[in-house]
Amino acid sequence: MLALIPALPLAAVAVNLILGDRLGRRGTAFLACGAVFASFVLAALSVIHLASLPPGARTMVADVYTWMRVGDFKVDVAFLLDPLSSVMVLVVTGVGFLIHLYSVGYMAHDASFRRFFLYLNLFMFAMLTLVLAKNFLVMFVGWEGVGLCSYLLIGFWMDRPSAARAGMKAFVVNRIGDFGFLLGMLTLFAWTGSLDYERVFAAAPIVFHPGTLAITFATLALLLGATGKSAQIPLYTWLPDAMEGPTPVSALIHAATMVTAGVYMVARCHILFTMAPFSLETVAVIGAATALFAATIGVAQNDIKRVLAYSTVSQLGYMFFACGVGAFGAGIFHLMTHAFFKALLFLGAGSVIHALSGEQDMRKMGGLASRLPWTHGVMLVACVAIAGIPPFAGFFSKDEILSAAFASGHYGVWVAGLLGAVLTAFYMFRLYFLTFRGSSRLTHEAEHHLHESPAVMVAPLVVLAALSVVGGFVGLPFQEGGRRLTTLEGGAALERWLAPVFGEGGAAGASHAVPHLSFTTEWALIAVSVAAAAFGIAMASRAYAKAAGEPIAEKAPRLYGLLEHKYWIDELYDTIAVRPIRALGDVLWRFWDEKIVDGTVNGVAYVVEWASAVLRVFQTGFVGTYALFLTLGVAALIAHYLVR
Amino acid sequence: MNDFPWLSWLIFFPLISAALIAVLPGTSGRTVKTLAAVCSIAEFLFSLPLWWRYQPGQPGWQFAEQHAWLPGLGATYHVGIDGIATLLVLLTTLLTPIVVFGAFGSVEKREREFYALLLAMEAAMIGTFLSLDLLLFYVFWEAMLVPMYLLIGVWGGPRRVYAAVKFFLYTMAGSVLMLVAILWLYLHQRAVTGIPTFALDAFYALPLSGAEQTWLFLAFAFAFAIKVPMFPFHTWLPDAHVEAPTAGSVILAAVLLKMGTFGYVRFAMPIFPAASAAFTPWIVALALIGILYGALVAMVQRDLKKLVAYSSVSHLGFCMLGLYALNAQGMAGGMMTMLNHGVSTGALFLLVGVIYERRHTREIAEFGGLWKVMPVYASIFLVVMLSSIGLPGTNGFVGEFLVLLGAFRHEPWWAIVAGLGVILSAVYMLWMFMRVFFGPLTHAANEKLADLTLRERLVFAPLLILIFWMGVYPQPLLDRAQPTLDRTVALVKQRLMMGDRITRGDVARPGVSVAEAAR
Repeated sequence: MLALIPALPLAAVAVNLILGDRLGRRGTAFLACGAVFASFVLAALSVIHLASLPPGARTMVADVYTWMRVGDFKVDVAFLLDPLSSVMVLVVTGVGFLIHLYSVGYMAHDASFRRFFLYLNLFMFAMLTLVLAKNFLVMFVGWEGVGLCSYLLIGFWMDRPSAARAGMKAFVVNRIGDFGFLLGMLTLFAWTGSLDYERVFAAAPIVFHPGTLAITFATLALLLGATGKSAQIPLYTWLPDAMEGPTPVSALIHAATMVTAGVYMVARCHILFTMAPFSLETVAVIGAATALFAATIGVAQNDIKRVLAYSTVSQLGYMFFACGVGAFGAGIFHLMTHAFFKALLFLGAGSVIHALSGEQDMRKMGGLASRLPWTHGVMLVACVAIAGIPPFAGFFSKDEILSAAFASGHYGVWVAGLLGAVLTAFYMFRLYFLTFRGSSRLTHEAEHHLHESPAVMVAPLVVLAALSVVGGFVGLPFQEGGRRLTTLEGGAALERWLAPVFGEGGAAGASHAVPHLSFTTEWALIAVSVAAAAFGIAMASRAYAKAAGEPIAEKAPRLYGLLEHKYWIDELYDTIAVRPIRALGDVLWRFWDEKIVDGTVNGVAYVVEWASAVLRVFQTGFVGTYALFLTLGVAALIAHYLVR
Repeated sequence: MNDFPWLSWLIFFPLISAALIAVLPGTSGRTVKTLAAVCSIAEFLFSLPLWWRYQPGQPGWQFAEQHAWLPGLGATYHVGIDGIATLLVLLTTLLTPIVVFGAFGSVEKREREFYALLLAMEAAMIGTFLSLDLLLFYVFWEAMLVPMYLLIGVWGGPRRVYAAVKFFLYTMAGSVLMLVAILWLYLHQRAVTGIPTFALDAFYALPLSGAEQTWLFLAFAFAFAIKVPMFPFHTWLPDAHVEAPTAGSVILAAVLLKMGTFGYVRFAMPIFPAASAAFTPWIVALALIGILYGALVAMVQRDLKKLVAYSSVSHLGFCMLGLYALNAQGMAGGMMTMLNHGVSTGALFLLVGVIYERRHTREIAEFGGLWKVMPVYASIFLVVMLSSIGLPGTNGFVGEFLVLLGAFRHEPWWAIVAGLGVILSAVYMLWMFMRVFFGPLTHAANEKLADLTLRERLVFAPLLILIFWMGVYPQPLLDRAQPTLDRTVALVKQRLMMGDRITRGDVARPGVSVAEAAR
């Protein structure tokens, strides 16, 4: 049954390919959404079954067949459902289904409707393979598979050169990460003799000494893979460009699911990371730096989707540093709530863009609150949720991360996270005010076509909004000693659910437990983070509620320019990597191949030609003749030896 | 049926077919094509028993046949298969009909000669894979040159003569050295045992001093390195590919290049294990350079075919790396890479041929936005490209991963360097794909391009099936090759353990030792 969860979307891909345009639009939509919904139902049933098992025995395995067996190397195509993958599979199929549904409306007028759902279903297959894999190699199938779908979907509107370029950039940058993933796998196999999670994690403590070069190398290599997929420093540059894809794609792939794969992978390998303190510190530092860095850029973007893209990079940074400080459970918790509110933000933005006939520049929006009431309502919910105002979902998960950073003594990381939280609230409400409040700056054309989205698009928004409100309750983390401070049903349900994977305490691996905080500190931290969010909102309100221009640009033009141009990092990469490599290729080809090697070869030929001028009698100009002489010579040689 | 000389039939049936096509009087182009198609498909069907009836677990050559040939010299007509040869022969027999079908639209002049040569080529290639006698091997090896030389020189592009001569001389330079080495081996064998023979098995057991091994290995390795081609002996390849007709390119890439890697596994490594081991750092260095070099140069190409040709240099570098890791995974990866390269690069050359037939150019800059007008073509190109860059789920990944695994176990930094090639392959392929298929249609000449015809789709169908099958369920292939590869590894390691080592002093006095042996 487990194997069916990824197989169903794949089957839909096959049917889509075979039937082709005979399916019609309705058929295509029904097939694509139906397959994903069926996967969701199967996943839910599986998780319910999983929950019925005793906590220590919560794993379900499906071994399909042996993929490769060479000598002592053996890898099966096999799937695993445990508490960790169950969270992922529910988020992926659940949010995935809502986004499929939304896409039916969003893409209704697109000429390549069928191709869109083909790719989308293929993506679901790859993503579900990734999260349900039982070993690293099958995970890698999903890992590169989602990268492929991302490439295809970013470049979906392929006649736009910018979309094509963005797709390629995404794939290539991800390949750099995949190189890391590959090296990580090779190291793990060389040491543990397996790629199966269970065996690797069981063998790791025996074959690796904590903190040695081997385990540090393996985890850093895996981390490189994770930074590629999850758009962290230094490999984050592809994600903002990925916004060239249709908006539902941005919501599904570049916000809710695929980009979280790196976090999932790090969490999955928590045993390995906790054995390599240096790597774990690196995860924390990269995460915190990215969270803050991307948030600053998000402040100065005018494209509504680019703001959300940098926000995604930043929020993924939070998930990373959660893992880095040992709070893997908190990272997964934030992954889940983020999937809800960020998918909602993107889909809401898509609804705005749809309403404005494709306009994405917030400077040409404004005052849409009354015109798009549903969209406005859900967007407000999402903004509050991401800003971290209680009791919305983002508050619980972000606060848990910040407390864990503080509790584990990562004060620098904590400060970065807090500053990031201020900026998050600021840029989200900047987006909100520029889009929905103030006076309308719409073009006449856009004004004319303005309309609220159809029900098929609004319904998923409402469901996601509801999840953004209540989604945080599964992780109510406040506790002191054993006493729960909340009577809300479930308590720290998520933490307990994940405990079999991450060890007791939920938030940390056994060897890297996050110490619990005192009651007062806990509440003080909550107060600080809520205050930070409120401060950010207030600032945004002051600056943009009735904005006519861009206050930051007016007061600090240089800073604004730096942020707007994203610290010139793309240009930097282009100068230090892309151009030199291309130039190297040119030199190798034009100089080495054509001058040196061919020059030598032709030089030899000229010498021979000159020599043969002396022996003009034998030169007939036919290669056949040369061959004949050659053969004769050889024959003579043979004869000579034989006779002797 | 068990006594039926399958292997001889496989060698001589295409030869007979070729002769038939060449001499049948007054046949039209249509008949020639039909005949070529029927014969090549029949040949494929004849080769299927190799798949079903080859027994991987059994040691020794299977389907073996041995007849007297040149009794005075001790050369015999001895053919047989092991796991490697089985797969490579099947690759050959599968690709030949595909190439024949693929050529239907493109070859206009001298059709009769063209198809006859293709089939003759097939006979020579199969003979090379099957020979268990070094003289017989050499005859087939050289016999392959002539049809390919003619295919390039007669049906090629504008600079075909230059390319054909370059191809011929390059390969000839290598094989002449190899011939000298074969003769030396033969004489040495006769001197040591008193029995004149060219039998491969005898050479496997022939003890050789360090110096002897070194020089003989170099002669073999040089010939094979040119064929592979390994950096820096690769410059004939881009020229040959660019000028060759599509059919020639496909055969060249898919099968001829494998002769080089096959040569290492079959001859150079087991006959000269100590020298092979001593030169491992050099060969691996060249393989690694080839991987990165081929990729970097492929990246800046403006001609589609040259790009694919340079990508071959990179892929074959992977292949050599795997073989020289000399462990189960590396060898299996090298073997898979041989097959994968045959399928994927063969398909790429066919795809380039398709667009060349329509536009008579292969300049990347002449295209752009082709997906719009040729969606089926673009989709197939996409799949083949992904297999070429080793996306998991396609054949390319299985080979690449096993190579990296084998290399890493032997020496981790080998895999790290080779892994960079994985990144670069995505760069050059995707960049090309973007410039050809994405973006707006910028050239008026491309607006009316026809998508693939039914014939063309049928040409690609088997290749697509193979790409996925070999990627998703490679085990039947691995199972067939593995025992043979293991035996090769064991043979090499066993001889190394028996003290077959090379020291500096051995190599320092080569002249003496070779002269001694000649006496």
